Amino acid sequence: MKTAKAQFKVMGGIHPAYHKDLARDKAIEIMPLPALLRVSMSQHLGAPATPTVKKGDEVLRGQVIGEAAGFISAAVHAPTSGTVKEVGEAATVMGSTAAFIGIEPDGNDTWIEGLVGMPDWATAERTALVAKVAAAGVAGMGGAGFPTNVKLSPPPDKPIDTLILNGAECEPYLTADHRLMVEHAEHIWAGCQIIQKILGATTVRIAIEDNKPEAIAAMEQAMADAEGDVGIAVLKTEYPQGAEKQQIYAITGREVPSGGLPMDVGCVVENVGTTLAVWDAVVNGRPLTERVTTVTGAPVATPKNVQGRIGTSYADLLAFCDGLSGDAAKVISGGPMMGIAQPSLDVGTTKTTSGLLFLAPDQVKTFSSMPCIACGRCVDACPMYLVPAELSQMLEAEDYDAAEELNVLDCIECGCCAFACPAPRPLVQHMKQGKSRVMLKRRQAQQKKS
Amino acid sequence: MADSDTQKYIVSTNPHAHSGDSVQRIMLDVIIALVPALLVSFHFFGWQAVRLVVTCVVGCVATEAACRKLMGRDLGITDLSAVVTGLLLAFNLPPSLPCGMALVGCVFAIAVAKQVFGGIGYNPFNPALIGRVALLISFPVAMTKWHEPMNAARWTAFSWIDGATTATPLGAAKTALSMGQEVPIAWNNATMLDYLLGNMSGCIGEVSALALILGGVYMLYRRCISWHIPVSYIGTVALFAAILRFSQPDANMPVFFHLMGGGLMLGAIFMATDMVTSPLTKKGMLVFGVGCGLLTMIIRRWGGYPEGVSFAIILMNAITPLINRATRPRVFGQGGKKS
Repeated sequence: MKTAKAQFKVMGGIHPAYHKDLARDKAIEIMPLPALLRVSMSQHLGAPATPTVKKGDEVLRGQVIGEAAGFISAAVHAPTSGTVKEVGEAATVMGSTAAFIGIEPDGNDTWIEGLVGMPDWATAERTALVAKVAAAGVAGMGGAGFPTNVKLSPPPDKPIDTLILNGAECEPYLTADHRLMVEHAEHIWAGCQIIQKILGATTVRIAIEDNKPEAIAAMEQAMADAEGDVGIAVLKTEYPQGAEKQQIYAITGREVPSGGLPMDVGCVVENVGTTLAVWDAVVNGRPLTERVTTVTGAPVATPKNVQGRIGTSYADLLAFCDGLSGDAAKVISGGPMMGIAQPSLDVGTTKTTSGLLFLAPDQVKTFSSMPCIACGRCVDACPMYLVPAELSQMLEAEDYDAAEELNVLDCIECGCCAFACPAPRPLVQHMKQGKSRVMLKRRQAQQKKS
Repeated sequence: MADSDTQKYIVSTNPHAHSGDSVQRIMLDVIIALVPALLVSFHFFGWQAVRLVVTCVVGCVATEAACRKLMGRDLGITDLSAVVTGLLLAFNLPPSLPCGMALVGCVFAIAVAKQVFGGIGYNPFNPALIGRVALLISFPVAMTKWHEPMNAARWTAFSWIDGATTATPLGAAKTALSMGQEVPIAWNNATMLDYLLGNMSGCIGEVSALALILGGVYMLYRRCISWHIPVSYIGTVALFAAILRFSQPDANMPVFFHLMGGGLMLGAIFMATDMVTSPLTKKGMLVFGVGCGLLTMIIRRWGGYPEGVSFAIILMNAITPLINRATRPRVFGQGGKKS
């Protein structure tokens, strides 16, 4: 075991105000069951799950209520025992609509029978371990929600030698991963070893930004007796150090090819929360039914790191944190850099809800953008080395061919450019729109061919 | 949360945090950075400097407002960019230039060089320099009429139109060289310190290298400019001038004449660094600075004018889009594709 300061640093990047002190030292609190849980079938990247229960059904905690639909999809489980009150369509956190299942808890929180753990995972078959992860419906809890079993099943021609555990938590305000590392370091380390075994990785790095000394110390302690090429990579605090491609580059010096995946350079990156869920799925056989969400922001009366059931409404989460002590002008699912603004508190948490952030009116800027003055700050800030200034002007002119030529699809939507823009221009909005138009163009070209 | 249904939250694309920088703040910083040179111009040229600065700032802001109103758009003067253009145009004028002519320069700078193209952000050329060049071509005599600094009547006589004239250090040196005369280091009894402080003839804002550098340091500190353009520009001029001087000492002036005897400091620190008309990338900025330096020296050494900063920057402005295209960074993840 060794602790090393990463030699490489992301080119570009920004230093936003972090505000982590609001919830950094708040121990994780377990939230009591709310009156109703609204579980979305769109919890993850890929196809939404298909509901398998109907109104009036009695369900038990951990019972499958939505089955994976397709290869890139994940099963959804009942977060507690109770009665299905509603099966319908509702707005998702992402702004689209998807099926959801409303469950009224019976208060007994009874687990479904037949959940078997594998405490002797060290001697188990890899495929059996991956099956456990898939059965538990684990999906990337850092934000993207990529189904974990898919990530843990790289094709044979993509050998993985390096596993990186992402505990960077570079988003301002969020402290959920920090608390998990401080309070559950041993289980995270155990989950890490399970994933290492599945992948056959020889090198393991736990990536933590240097603004989390407590988390670093906790992980060091948990890993004290670890053998082999295993260590903690202390990253310079800078946004977006938690972005997968940037983190791989900072730690290994390897550059994930444009349009490629980490496995193309022999790496897999897993969020620390996901790793804990993998541990729970394999060792205890438990499906993913809860997660830690940081409820924070200046207007929140008591910012907390809340361990709540998947499907807990944002309104209930806020109430558990004693409501608002001041006016809130914006509600964000996630952190301020990449989180999604919500029109109401009438949505439930998903496997990816890392934070619920409330911003006061004076923290929310509404603006009409000016023309680009070519100051170049976006170019300096872009961690993908794009030229957002030029791209944004092309996209305003709807020149999608030119934008494709200038690699708009490589944009990771981290928000550094728009953060730095003095005009201020809605650069991420331009990029998102441009990316979807370029993808549409490609799909249409594909269809014409076939 | 009983009121969750009635609560109205603002919805917008990420990010939901901002650096707090604004165009207005950048322009304000440039104005602050111009203050030392402004005070120096008042000190050496008295009323003439005050008169020109007021005329140009009011002229530029009024032209901007008039154009925007004619086009039926927002006034757009609160971004302070017209104030910056006005100050820079005034800094590029000789002290005795009549107000009417200065106003012509303002109209050219704002209406022709900026608003015709769509206003802030869309102008291909530095507006203040277009204003100056338009005046230089339209009023060649008035634009090359120079007066000594510290004129005894600088705070009493409002107009210098008839006063005794002189040449700029650059102009005088070029004339001396063309007549086969030696260029004395202490030209016209001035010392190196005089050039540094600005006690020389020239445009009202270009004379003091020290004041301009001070402003440049402030802009660097405030991240309004990066070092790339000023350093590569001034460095190229210094190197070029040194090579000329050492290869042919009797046909070329000393290096510091090039550095401090004309408009190089004003041009390299405040004009060439104009964000809109200079490249986006650091590599592009270096190319731009070197290009400005080479063109400045070619015009000064072999051209008809003693000064070449304005033309050099305008020419480089013209190829800025090409520099941007040629210096686009390699996108992350495309480094390994070479095989």
